[in-house]
Amino acid sequence: MQNNNIAWVSPVRKSGLAFFIIGFFVFVGMLFSNQYTLTEQTLSSSVNNSTHRQLIQPHLSEFMDKTVSNKFSFIEGVRGTFTRYNDTVYDRYHLSTNDLDAILKEVNTLGYYDLNILKHVFNTQDDYAAYKIKKLSDYTGWLAGQQGKSIDEISQVLNEKSAEINTNVVGEKRIDSYATGQYLYAIVKSASSGTVANNTGIFFIFSVLLATIGALMYIIPEKFAAPAGIKNNNVFKNSATNGGFIGMLVMTFLVLVYIALYFFPEYIVEWVSLVDPLFVVLNGNGASSWSIYGFIYTLAIVVMGVRMFIKYRHSNYHIARTGSIIFFQSCFAFLLPELLIKLNQPSTDLKNMWPLDYDFFDAWNLDSLSSSGDIGMFMLVWGITLFVIGVPVFTYFFGKRWYCSWVCGCGGLAETAGDPYRHLSNKSVSAWRLERVVIHSVLVLCIIMTSTALYTYFTGVKTIAGIDTYSLRSAYGFFISALFSGIIGTGFYPKLGSRVWCRFGCPLAAYIGLIQRYKSRFRITTNGSQCISCGNCSTYCEMGIDVRAYAQRGEDIVRASCVGCGVCSSVCPRGVLKLENGSTDVVVDQSKKNETANIVQIISAEELKSLKK
Amino acid sequence: MSKLVIIGNGISGVTVARHVRKRSDMDILIISAETEHFFSRTALMYIFMGHMKFEHTKPYEDHFWKKNRIDLKQAYVNNIDTDSKELTLSSGEKLDYTQLVLATGSQSNKFGWPGQDLPGVQTLFSYQDLEQMEINCVNAKHAVLVGGGLIGVEMAEMLLSRGIAVTFLVREDRFWGNILPVGEEKLIQKHAELHGINFKFETELKEIKAGDDGRVSSIVTSTGETIPCDFVGLSAGVHPNIDLAAKSHIDVGRGILVNDFLETNICDVYAVGDCAEIVVPEGRNRIEPLWYTGKMQGETLAKTITGDQTKYERGIWFNSAKFFDIEYQTYGFVFNEPLEGISSFYWQHPEEDICIRINYQDDTQVVTGVNTFGIRMRHNIWQNWLANNCTLKYVLQNLRDANFDPEFFKRYEQDIISAFNKQYPNNQLTLSPLQWLTKRFSKEKAHAK
Repeated sequence: MQNNNIAWVSPVRKSGLAFFIIGFFVFVGMLFSNQYTLTEQTLSSSVNNSTHRQLIQPHLSEFMDKTVSNKFSFIEGVRGTFTRYNDTVYDRYHLSTNDLDAILKEVNTLGYYDLNILKHVFNTQDDYAAYKIKKLSDYTGWLAGQQGKSIDEISQVLNEKSAEINTNVVGEKRIDSYATGQYLYAIVKSASSGTVANNTGIFFIFSVLLATIGALMYIIPEKFAAPAGIKNNNVFKNSATNGGFIGMLVMTFLVLVYIALYFFPEYIVEWVSLVDPLFVVLNGNGASSWSIYGFIYTLAIVVMGVRMFIKYRHSNYHIARTGSIIFFQSCFAFLLPELLIKLNQPSTDLKNMWPLDYDFFDAWNLDSLSSSGDIGMFMLVWGITLFVIGVPVFTYFFGKRWYCSWVCGCGGLAETAGDPYRHLSNKSVSAWRLERVVIHSVLVLCIIMTSTALYTYFTGVKTIAGIDTYSLRSAYGFFISALFSGIIGTGFYPKLGSRVWCRFGCPLAAYIGLIQRYKSRFRITTNGSQCISCGNCSTYCEMGIDVRAYAQRGEDIVRASCVGCGVCSSVCPRGVLKLENGSTDVVVDQSKKNETANIVQIISAEELKSLKK
Repeated sequence: MSKLVIIGNGISGVTVARHVRKRSDMDILIISAETEHFFSRTALMYIFMGHMKFEHTKPYEDHFWKKNRIDLKQAYVNNIDTDSKELTLSSGEKLDYTQLVLATGSQSNKFGWPGQDLPGVQTLFSYQDLEQMEINCVNAKHAVLVGGGLIGVEMAEMLLSRGIAVTFLVREDRFWGNILPVGEEKLIQKHAELHGINFKFETELKEIKAGDDGRVSSIVTSTGETIPCDFVGLSAGVHPNIDLAAKSHIDVGRGILVNDFLETNICDVYAVGDCAEIVVPEGRNRIEPLWYTGKMQGETLAKTITGDQTKYERGIWFNSAKFFDIEYQTYGFVFNEPLEGISSFYWQHPEEDICIRINYQDDTQVVTGVNTFGIRMRHNIWQNWLANNCTLKYVLQNLRDANFDPEFFKRYEQDIISAFNKQYPNNQLTLSPLQWLTKRFSKEKAHAK
């Protein structure tokens, strides 16, 4: 059956899979194999705001100089400290009725209001006392030493002023949640002290490197195992690719990773430290939690891109497209931004544009770009030009695919790492109806959110119709970016397919899609009569387009959601589908159709036949 | 209210139903014993190989039928009484009709080999056959296929995908010898062998033998060879399924006899698709067991049924298939043996599995047919060339227009025309100038509804 010189394929692939699984478990396991030691030094390097540091340090005494192995108890312990501190900050710092009573009692004794009273009343020699003394001194100092004031007058003044002081207590003494998040992350990272912290190189080799090599050992031998062609055997029988058990496991893992990245980055500091050295080389500073994401993301696209090269080695279209994706991801999304940081320039992914890059018009970004010299200005103009001019022009000539399956990072991951799942997209008409409503709603939402943010930026007016523009912006960031695009969009690959975000959420896709649907030369033309309605095209369409419905009627496919991945054309067993920019006229030149060539017959058909017998 | 009953829910019957519904409000009922809903038979192999699930092969979502007021009934029709216009189902239920369409499809050929009904021996045509194949392949290691046609190749691909060894018995001296000329056939054969098929040409099945467990354990060939196997696929072609019609007053031959309007000898009774035998007064009757022709026949019949009597005219012949990884398309007529008055220009790529054969008339050089392997062609271009009687020179020089391969694929038109120029050096044919630039800016065509 199969020739023997490919007997090496199976053992190599099995070993590769084993390596990958080992690497994966080391990668996950290292999160739980570290130790944490909080010291004076680590605390001061993590909580760089000295006011905050002084406020929180006393409360962290139980952790000082102790080595904790249980990550969960360490992190939650520190987090709990911050929370309890914040919860009780009002209790500790506000001027209570007891406090005022004590002051008035002393005033009664003394006969007048004097600031020394405060030192007697607030005598605990801590920050609370110091704060109350300072505040009352500032607010009521003018009353001190004045004779002839009645108790009632003094009481009234004290009540008024302490009310004022109390309203500011939380604002001045509370550590806001953004800062808390930053500190917590920094504390865990710098307190990281044990096995993993001291052996990051080895952990990198046995997790990332081993898993990558294993994956390639699993992927590459297929090239030698069978002739080139469509390779979809067992897609719907394998629980990894048919939404079954293994797929659910992968999904669970991905969702947890996304939740950690967005909301609990302190839990993955070990992963960040893995790539710290690399990022120091790239950007001069080091890695953040988003660095590990960018790194793994790019690595996934490269490795799974290799898989696409091999799987579709018979199709130059897929090779070109995958090459493009790998290039744009590794250069534009990964390397260039890091390099720009190193060169002290504003840093951005130049292929990312509004409305996908929803914070492009944020105040901090506009300010940063417009004040960072020529490069900043270029980025600002480039970003605007891309979506105002670039999108319509490129989409007119090439369709949505120029961006969505050749350039975009989301699309890039979907086409490479998401390829094993593309057939899981929902094909029903009801999904399509939902898609049209949701994706255009997100676009409208994004436009509203951005216009209000710009309005605030230019006029300084912070609320419109009672809604704070900043909270609109942060709600968008949470629901659309974190939940929709991240957790559901990528986390749910193994269950819902590779393009949930692209199909239901991406506002840029909505924009480009409208142009593709109404004003683009791109279409998928059909050899309709040759269609046998087998259903491969619809099954493998990652956008859930019922390609077959068009093919069997001989209709061109001009759909807003088509990203031009070209897989429908590849899996079609009868050559019914062709992606093209424009279509070919069927015109026979009547003046030329009868021209003959100079053909000399050497032997007749009969002779030919008898020769063959 | 006029009631149309269609027996059979394959492409032919369903196409009749759909097009009748587009043109009329009459009651429509489709009866099938095979499945509840219409599915694409051509996709059975992909279900087996795990490329798709059964529901993916249904061209219309289940709510489509109710939405279009086409009733479905899964039942077996036992008897047709054309006098009282009444059908009897196997349950005993009786159904009446105003007009009746028989779309009963094909049955696989079984030529009376000893042992052909043993467990482990089967044909492949229906959904039930697919289910049976799943069961039969559970522990199979070595399969023998009998009959080298398209169903055989599909079964071979299915079996190989499960790691089951395949020996292919072919009666002719080459694979699909009654359709493919020698050049193309060699290409396909080599490719199939690369995938693991073991061909035995000019070999027929003589006997199928059972083992101790009562299941097939070996076969004996016409050359006296005994081949151990645990699965036998009978892929020796199909014949029209006429059992039901034969029991009634409807005239049958090899198939259900119909005229050019697809009418049977009985008023208001029609036949369409695989089961229909179209009577050709001075010539050979036509049976068209193809997906494409079933669709075309169905569309035509719907017109006749709704009062616009229309002759079935197939137009220019075309067909396509896929042999493992090689796609095949044909337009016009290409015969398997050289024909008097027709010449052939054949080009094959030196390494890749790609070839093209263009047949043309000796005297006028008008192109009569094309076979293409490994190069996708634009159907409407070839249709136009053939309908307009374009010459070989015209076709070769404009070959680029016919290319339907995806972008960035290597193009062979230059190689083809150079090979022609080399073969007939008194010509120096050139490809018509590239219209690349003008195409960029020509008005876009929109066919989307």
